[in-house]
Amino acid sequence: MKQFLVFVRKEFYHVFRDRRTLLILFGLPIMQILLFGYALTTEVKNAKIIVVDQAKDAASEQLIAKINASSYFDIEPGEDMEAAFKKGNIRCAVVFPADFENEKRIQIIADASDPNTAKTLTNYLTSIIQPPSAQPYQIIPVTRMLYNPALNGSMNFVPGVIALVLMIICTTLTSVSIVREKENGTMEILLVSPFNPTYVVLAKAVPYLVLSLVDFILIILLSVFVLDVPIRGSLLLLFAESTLFIISCLSLGLLISSVTQSQQTAMLISMMGMMLPTILFTGFIFPLENMPLPLRIISYFIPSRWYYFIVKAVMLKGLGFWAVWKQTLVLAGMTVTLLTISIKRFKIRLA
Amino acid sequence: MNEKAITCKGLTKRFGDFIAVDNISFEVNTGEIFGFLGANGAGKTTAMRMLCGLSFPSSGEATVAGYDVFTKQESIKKNIGYMSQKFSLYENLTVKENIRFYGGIYGLTNAELKEKGEGLINKLGLHSESKKLVGELPLGWKQKLAFSVAIIHQPKIVFLDEPTGGVDPVTRRQFWDLIYDAADSGITIFVTTHYMDEAEYCNRISIMVDGRIDALDTPANLKQQYKAETMDEVFYALARGAKRSAD
Repeated sequence: MKQFLVFVRKEFYHVFRDRRTLLILFGLPIMQILLFGYALTTEVKNAKIIVVDQAKDAASEQLIAKINASSYFDIEPGEDMEAAFKKGNIRCAVVFPADFENEKRIQIIADASDPNTAKTLTNYLTSIIQPPSAQPYQIIPVTRMLYNPALNGSMNFVPGVIALVLMIICTTLTSVSIVREKENGTMEILLVSPFNPTYVVLAKAVPYLVLSLVDFILIILLSVFVLDVPIRGSLLLLFAESTLFIISCLSLGLLISSVTQSQQTAMLISMMGMMLPTILFTGFIFPLENMPLPLRIISYFIPSRWYYFIVKAVMLKGLGFWAVWKQTLVLAGMTVTLLTISIKRFKIRLA
Repeated sequence: MNEKAITCKGLTKRFGDFIAVDNISFEVNTGEIFGFLGANGAGKTTAMRMLCGLSFPSSGEATVAGYDVFTKQESIKKNIGYMSQKFSLYENLTVKENIRFYGGIYGLTNAELKEKGEGLINKLGLHSESKKLVGELPLGWKQKLAFSVAIIHQPKIVFLDEPTGGVDPVTRRQFWDLIYDAADSGITIFVTTHYMDEAEYCNRISIMVDGRIDALDTPANLKQQYKAETMDEVFYALARGAKRSAD
């Protein structure tokens, strides 16, 4: 046990003296959270539009004022929408026909080279324009946006970013730290020492588990206090699930370290190799439901997919363990499998 | 002192068709400085790795410190020290932290660590550097420190794999003073080297050619046997017959 602690202490020295490690450990999550929280959002604000008003009557002017008042749109001067579309100056145009008062029709034209934005904008516009109905009865759809009434985009991203950041940090740091020992020749010394090889693996994992949990807390704090994302469920459950996920990522890192010989390769595999599948197959940017079957099948093997579901359920929906036990089981199964394989592989290398 | 530190009988290591170590047999006496010579690629390091438990022999038998390399690896590990070709201390740990780490994983108690650590630092004259990162030390000092750390747990045998590579002659001489000190304290030294002047410092040497041991005796006897003036000539006489090219 004392040997174990000696080893863990050494690992901490390494982490705190290596600027690159510190940067990955603390720079990456902060950057990702702020980037996804602020820069990469699907909300559209202050979209530039042009209004072509051929009617110029009271009704049309009233509507234009309404559009102008919303924070989603900025009305640009000028009426030459074709040129403005071509230049990319505007996202959307609204055309009032000369006979607006009788016809009660307007045309909305959107730049659909970016279909998502186009759709969002036309939705915003139609909801603004909705005329008071003259019909004898009126159906008023009462929409409730569950769990996220303000449609805060961060709420979708934060669980995804937590999964992404933990996945990258855990795999990168573990794999790099083991491969570094191989590269420097210190691994041989460790293997010749009476220190049990399994303990080498565990002693490597423990410091990074602790640091990853610190990272997790950091991300949670940032999300709650900077991005206003609530934690509705049990913090304890969230913490436990994250620990499970972190262990599965650490095992993946161990596995990567057993097939690579240089720190650069390990870094490349764990950063690039993990980043893309995590972004693609976790479901926080691209909905998994719309993917073709083969891709959906691949996504089942990505641990972050399951973790993302759990975090969303616990954090945003405030659900308890009963709602996520299946996903937890899958994640636990993956963790055990990965850990077993990586410890086995590590031992084989010694022989 | 009659007990053999290392015995090998028909020890062989194959990698596919390639026979890295071909049926070698030798014995190393306790307290002896045993030189293990050979050109690059002759199989020195592979043979040494088998004895240290880093690699399983394909066939043959061997014991280290009286323990069988096939079945008693754990016991062997407790009784040997190892210093590899690559510099093997942690560069971003200080001198003291390295000593504490390596002593620690060999299970030394805090009191022992303190005593041995201070003794070691005094002996190497590293007092003013003890809190410096090892990466900042000159190579010669690093090597001396690495050796001292490799024997901090007073092993029965220490394996040194080309310990003086890239070190200047003066430092090499000092390094060998440390080796003699260790041998005097009863540690058996098993050392591979390229430097023929170092071969002269050994009690007995073996010369490996193409995975076999072609010569094994005291330096004086070998020179006589090959009618040579220096160990260099003995080595060339043997190495000329090698079929494997050096890497």
